[in-house]
Amino acid sequence: MTNYNLALKNTYNNLKNTLPVLFGTILLIAFVISVVPADLYSKFFTGNSIIDSFLGALFGSAAAGNPINSYIIGSELLEQKVSLVAVIAFIISWVTVGIVQFPAEALLLGKKFAIVRNLFSFISAIVISILTVLILRFL
Amino acid sequence: MIKKMIVKIGFGRVFLILVLSLYLLTFIFSRSLFFESVLRSKNVLGDIILVLILVFVLTFFANLWFTNKKTDKILKGRANFVGYISAVFLGILSTGPIYMWYPLLSELKEEGLDTSLIAIFLYNRAVKIPLMPMIMFYFGLPFLLVSTFFMIIFSILNGYFVAKFT
Repeated sequence: MTNYNLALKNTYNNLKNTLPVLFGTILLIAFVISVVPADLYSKFFTGNSIIDSFLGALFGSAAAGNPINSYIIGSELLEQKVSLVAVIAFIISWVTVGIVQFPAEALLLGKKFAIVRNLFSFISAIVISILTVLILRFL
Repeated sequence: MIKKMIVKIGFGRVFLILVLSLYLLTFIFSRSLFFESVLRSKNVLGDIILVLILVFVLTFFANLWFTNKKTDKILKGRANFVGYISAVFLGILSTGPIYMWYPLLSELKEEGLDTSLIAIFLYNRAVKIPLMPMIMFYFGLPFLLVSTFFMIIFSILNGYFVAKFT
């Protein structure tokens, strides 16, 4: 199989796997936003940078899948007045921390490696979200 | 039953079917909620459709130019500055699901590849060029630049700590 055909096949597989989840996510978010009152989110997210980024990172770590979904969810959370720091921590931990793939990572790359890497990625998501918000304030 | 369905048709489709079933129930019990949700979904889709096409075009080119054989060649035996920078770029350019890379990285680790390079590579998989139009669309260019910068810096710190504690 030529490189061109292989790339086409991989992209097709990517599309095939991503689109159902993407459409499902968009539909589910639209539904949840229609049902859940907007002020409910403020009960989870307090406005405190450290607590909000911790919660954002926690939710992001538990999630998995194409990062596109995290952007859509993140933008909707921003519209619901969830703080930017929480949304950034959520988006970053979505792609850097892998609770779902942890067993595979631990099996193939070592348990200690997987624990340290994911733990540090979790802390990084919190620190990066706070730093990003601080820098964006000056831009 | 759901587990069987996931094995048969994949998680994505099962998830979509479940959400569509929820919409069907909503249509029966609350038309107004159904139409409100459909309208919201339509607006989001309308906003992102062009960016989504661009994302898949860029994904195609990433798949075309980047294979895991190239990673093997570049990373092997390098735990110095060049190795760190290579791991950063290879992580950014790599495609496909993360678990697809575990067997190769596991093999390289067995052959003596420094764990810091593996950690840097895995962390930088979070920085995806094909998805940048999407990030810009939702959060703007300043956010994209600042968060990408920090993610690259923290990927190297991640590599350092992983190597130190493992």
